[in-house]
Amino acid sequence: MNLEIILHSGLATGTVLLFATIGEIFAERSGILNLGVEGMMLLGAMAGFSTSLAFGNPWLGVIAAILAGGILSLAHGVVTINLQADQVVSGLALTFLGTGLALVLGEGLTGQNPPLIPSFDIPGLAAIPFIGPVFFQDHSVLVYIGLIFTPLAWYYIFRTRPGMHLRAIGEKPEAADTLGVNVYGLRYFYVFVGGCLAGLAGATISLSVSPGWYSTQTTSGQGWIAIGLVIFAQWNPLTAAFGSYAFGALRRGILDLQGPATLLGFTNPLYVNSNYGFFLQMTPYILTIIAVIIGSRAATRQRLGAPAALGEPYIRGERGL
Amino acid sequence: MARITVEKRVEDVPRWMPAATSIFAVVAAFVIVGIILKLMGGEPFTVAKFFWNATFGSWGTFSDTLVKATPLILVGLACTVAFTMKLWNIGAEGQFYMGAFFASLVVLIPIMPPDSPRILVILTMMVMGLIGGALWGFIPGFLKARFAVNEIITTLMLNYIAILWNNFWIFNKWSDAGFQMTPTFEKSAWLPRLSDLARQYSFFSGMTLHAGFIIALIATVVVWWILKYSKWGYEIKLIGDNKEAARYAGINITRNIILVFMFSGALAGLAGMIEISGVVHRLQERISSGYGFTGIIIAWLAKLNPFAVVLVSILFGALIVAGREIQPSGLSQLIQGIVLFMVISSEFFLRYQIKFVREEEPPTKGVQVA
Amino acid sequence: MNNDSPPYAVEMENIVVRFPGVLANDHVNLTLKKGEIHALLGENGAGKSTLMNTLAGLYRPTSGTIKVFGEKVDFGSPGDAIEKGIGMVHQHFMLVPTQTVTENILLGLDEPRFFMHLLEYDKKVLALEEQYGLSVDPTAKIWQLSVGEQQRVEILKTLYRGANILILDEPTAVLAPQEIEEFMKNMRLMVDSGKSIIFISHKLHEVSEVADRVTVLRKGVVTAEGVSMEGLSKRDLAELMVGRTVVFAVKKKPQEAGDVVLAVDNVQAINNKGITALNGVSLDVRSGEILGIAGVSGNGQSELAEVITGLRECKGSIRVNGKEVANKPPIEAIKSGVSHVPEDRTRVGSAPTMSITENTIMKCYRLPPVGSGLRINYGTAEEIAEELKDEYDILAPSVNTEARKLSGGNLQKVILAREISSDPQLMIAVQPTRGLDVGAIESIQGLLLEQREAGTAILLISEELEELMALSDRIAVIYEGEIMGVVDAAEADVDEIGLMMTGAHAEDLV
Repeated sequence: MNLEIILHSGLATGTVLLFATIGEIFAERSGILNLGVEGMMLLGAMAGFSTSLAFGNPWLGVIAAILAGGILSLAHGVVTINLQADQVVSGLALTFLGTGLALVLGEGLTGQNPPLIPSFDIPGLAAIPFIGPVFFQDHSVLVYIGLIFTPLAWYYIFRTRPGMHLRAIGEKPEAADTLGVNVYGLRYFYVFVGGCLAGLAGATISLSVSPGWYSTQTTSGQGWIAIGLVIFAQWNPLTAAFGSYAFGALRRGILDLQGPATLLGFTNPLYVNSNYGFFLQMTPYILTIIAVIIGSRAATRQRLGAPAALGEPYIRGERGL
Repeated sequence: MARITVEKRVEDVPRWMPAATSIFAVVAAFVIVGIILKLMGGEPFTVAKFFWNATFGSWGTFSDTLVKATPLILVGLACTVAFTMKLWNIGAEGQFYMGAFFASLVVLIPIMPPDSPRILVILTMMVMGLIGGALWGFIPGFLKARFAVNEIITTLMLNYIAILWNNFWIFNKWSDAGFQMTPTFEKSAWLPRLSDLARQYSFFSGMTLHAGFIIALIATVVVWWILKYSKWGYEIKLIGDNKEAARYAGINITRNIILVFMFSGALAGLAGMIEISGVVHRLQERISSGYGFTGIIIAWLAKLNPFAVVLVSILFGALIVAGREIQPSGLSQLIQGIVLFMVISSEFFLRYQIKFVREEEPPTKGVQVA
Repeated sequence: MNNDSPPYAVEMENIVVRFPGVLANDHVNLTLKKGEIHALLGENGAGKSTLMNTLAGLYRPTSGTIKVFGEKVDFGSPGDAIEKGIGMVHQHFMLVPTQTVTENILLGLDEPRFFMHLLEYDKKVLALEEQYGLSVDPTAKIWQLSVGEQQRVEILKTLYRGANILILDEPTAVLAPQEIEEFMKNMRLMVDSGKSIIFISHKLHEVSEVADRVTVLRKGVVTAEGVSMEGLSKRDLAELMVGRTVVFAVKKKPQEAGDVVLAVDNVQAINNKGITALNGVSLDVRSGEILGIAGVSGNGQSELAEVITGLRECKGSIRVNGKEVANKPPIEAIKSGVSHVPEDRTRVGSAPTMSITENTIMKCYRLPPVGSGLRINYGTAEEIAEELKDEYDILAPSVNTEARKLSGGNLQKVILAREISSDPQLMIAVQPTRGLDVGAIESIQGLLLEQREAGTAILLISEELEELMALSDRIAVIYEGEIMGVVDAAEADVDEIGLMMTGAHAEDLV
C-alpha cells in the first residue's frame, strides 16, 4: 500500500468525478437539477470511444464526447425550461435515454482498441519530491486539464460578472429577470455546459483513465456519485475537486487492501477469501451516502446550501398571493 | 386576423386528458423507435408484428407477458405510493433484491424445515420479503426524516449496495457448486403456477403464470383503498400536495416519511420474493432486469393511479418479453427513456392550452370624472 | 406642436391587459407629469400592479400605447423599460438574499464587464446614497438587512440606472408610521431633483397627504383620471375606489370578557435566520374578547402565532385553558381547541390541488362523523362542505373544485369556515384580510366578530391599524419581539400606538 501510488491513482480516477461534478454544479447553480449525469457520461464515453476508433484520433473522440453530452442535455433543457416539467423525472428520463442510446449505438465496441489520450510527465515539476510523482508524473492530458480547470471554474463562479449572474438566477431568478438578465437563455447555457462536462467525464474514462468500453460497467454509477458529491461540495468547485480526488484515492486505497497477505499484522481476510471483495466494492456507494449526509448537515448548520431556486421552474409573472 | 397564443389553463382539465396524454406518449414513443429502427436498416412493421405475436398472440405468450408484468405491478405500486407523497424512491431495485434475499433466507438458513407445508413456507417467505424491502426503505426514509438527506442519492446508492450484498452470499456461502446462484429451492417454496394444473387440464401446459399475479392484484386493491379512502391515504396525499399545510394540520411528517418509505420498500420487497418463489426458484445474481427503474416510469405513466399501474405494467411486461429476442439489448432502456420524455412533455398540455386569438376587440369606455 | 420638452413623462392610452379568465386592465388611461407625485389608487385586485408592471416592461399590453417623454415605446422586456429611464420598486422585493447590496445593484448591468472590482463599486454606491439621503451598508448581504433597508436598496437600484421615472408599488406597506414620514420626505427630495414618481397605494390617508394628482382604478377600469388632489376628500376617493359609500365603522357590541383562555408567559423564540424574534413576550386573551396585535410586519408576529400553534419551538410557557401547549406538536394545540387562520393561505393554510371538501376536513378528519376507524367517510365530508359553502357564501363551481382555483377571498372563507366549525376555544387569526377586496374584508371581519360574541377568545394579528382599532377590545403593540404596551381599543390614540410600533415603551409616553 504505497501512499504515492494511491494518491496518484486518486488524481487520475478523481478527474472523472471532477468534470462530472463541476458540470452539475454549473447546472444546479443556475437552478436546474439534472439527474441525467450517468446517461450523459455513458453516452460521452461511447461517443468518444467510437469516434476515436473511427477516425484514429483520440482528440476528435473527446470533442465528440463533449458534444454528445451537451446535445443530450438540451432535451432536458427544453422539457424543464420551456415545458416546465418536473426536473427530477426529466433527469431520470434523460438517464434512460442516454444509457439506452449508448448501449444501442455502442454495440460491438467491447474489446476494441482505439488510440487513447496520451499521458506524460511535466518536466521540472515532476522532480519535486512526493508532490511531483503524485501530481505531475505520468498523468493523462485530461488530468492536467482538470487541475487547471478547477480554480478557473471557482474564479468564474465567484469573482466574475457572468458568475454573479449565474448565482443570481439560481437564487432568485425574479430579481435577475426584472433587471434584464436572460434567465431562460442562461439556464439553457449552463445545462448545456453541464452536459458537455459530463460527456467529457465519460471520455476521460473510456479514452484515458480506464480505457475501454464495458457497456454500463464503464461508468458503473459514477454519474450518480457525482450528483452526491455536488451536495458534499456545497456547490463549490474547489471542494468538489477535493472530494473527487479523495474519492478516487479512497477507492484505490481500499482496492489495494486486497493484495497483501497480511494487514497490520493480522491475516488479511480479503486475501484469504476474495469474495469479501464485494464489500470493498460497496465502499464508493457507502462513501457517497456519508458524503451526502455530511453535506446536508453542513447546509442546515450554515443556513447555506442549495441554490434557493433549484428545482423550481421559473415562470415570469408568477407571484404568490 | 388571428394568432396563436399559449395560455395557462383556468378551468379544470377535461377528465379524459391525463389518460390521453399517457396513451399519446406511448404511441409517440413507439413511432419514434420505429423511425430509429428504420434509420438503422431495420423493418419496423415486421418488428411490430413480431412484437404482437410474442406478447399477446397466444394464451401461452400472454401468460409469459403476465409473468413479467407481475413484479412490475408491485414495483409500480411501490413507486406510486412514494411519489404520491413526493418521496423519490429510486431504490425499488435495491428493495427488490433485499426482499428476494430475505425471502430466500427461509430456505437457505433454513428458517422453515424443508418438509413444512407449502402454505406456511410461502407465507413466511412473503413476510420476510416484506421485511427485507421495508428495511431497505427504512434507511433512506430515516436519513431523510432525521437529517434532511436527499433520498434520490441514498436510494440509488443502496441499489448498488444491495446487489453487491446479494452477490457476496451467492458467490460465497450458498453457491451451487461454484456457480453464481444457490441450488434450486424445494417445491414447498414454489408459488403454485398454472402449469401445475397441466395434468388435469392440458390447456395449461407450459404456462408459467403463478399465484404471484393474484398477490399483485390484491396488493393493487389494497393500495387503492388506502390511498382513496383511508385516513393515512389522506395524510399521504396532503403531505405530497403541501407539506407545510400538512404540518399545520397536525400531521407528523417525520413519522410518515419513514412509514411511507417502509411501505414502498415492502411492496418492492414483496415483488422480489415473488420473483424468487414464482419464477427463478433460487437466489441468483440477476433477478431483476431493471424492474426498479421501470417502476418509476410505470407509476408516472399511470399518473399514480393503482389500477392504471396494472395496465401499464402489462404493457411493459410485453416489452420485456418481446425484448428478449430483439437486438440490440439497450433498446428497452431507450424506449423507456423516450416514453418517459414523451409523457412529461405532454403534461405541458395539462397546464397550458393553445388558443386562437382575434386581434381586434370592441372598445369599452371607463367612467371619467372631472 | 411646440419644441419645448413635453410636459408629460408618461402617457398610457387605452391600455388593455388580458390574462386567461381575467381582464385586468380595461382601456385604462394614465398620465404622469414631469416632476409630480402621482398616486394610483384602488383596492386589492383593481389592476394597479398589473398596469405598472406593464409600464415597467414585465408584461406586454394586449392593446394600447405607451409614450415616454413624448416618444412611443414598446417594451419587450424589463430591460427595455430601464433603458428609457423607468425604474420600478416592487411590493415584493426582487433582491438576491445571499449577495451584497452592491452586487444586487450591479445585477444585469454591462459594467463591470467581466472582473468584479467590488471595492470600487462600493464607493460609487455610497456616493449615490449620500446624494439622495438613503443610507445602507453596501457590503452587507441582503438577508442581514431590515425591511426598510432592503427597500432603500431597491430604490438605489433604480437610481443607479439613471431612472427618471420611479414606480413605487405599495412602498409603505412594510414601514412603521414614523418610517413612513421619513420615506415621504425622501420622495419629495427625489422629485425636487427632477424625478417623476407614480406610487401605488390602497391607503387613502397617505395618498391624500403626499400626491399631486391621483388616478383611481376599480376592477380594471379607470374611475378617476389624473384628478388633482385639491378639493377631493377621503370620502370622495373611497367612493371612487369602491363605487358605493363605504361604511368605515363595523358594528361591534360591547361585552364583558370572560376567563383567561390563552396565557403566554415570558416566551422567547428564534426565527428562521437564527435571530431572536420573541424576547420575553407575555400576554393573555380572555374568552369573548379580541386582543389585537399591532406592529410592522417582521417584529415577531409570525413567530408569536407559530409558537402558540406548535409550529415553532420556544422557551417559556404557553397555556390554553390551563393546559401547556408550548413546544408540543401542532396536533396538541388542535386538540386543545386552538384554531389557526394562517398568514399565508396558499403556502400553509390550504392544499392547492385538493378539493374544497378535502381542505375543509383538514382538522377534523380524525374524529367522527368524518373519520371512523381507519377510513374517512367522504360522503359525510362532502355534506359538511356543502353546508359550509352555503353558510359562508363561498363562490365556487362545486365543493370538488380545486383550492387553487378559488379567489383569495373565497379561499379565505373556506379556511375560516373550517377553523370556525371546529368550535374553537381560541382562534389565532394572522393577517386574515390581507390582499382581499372590500366585500370579502367585510365578510371576514363580520365572522370574527360573530365568534367573539359566541365566546371564542381571539388573537388578531394585523398590519392594518384601522382594522385592529375597529375589531379589537384591547390592542398590544409588538416591537422587536417585545410587547411595548397594551391599550384599551376604545380609548386608544393612533399616534401613541404608532410610537410604540417604533420602539417607545408605553410608560414613556405618558
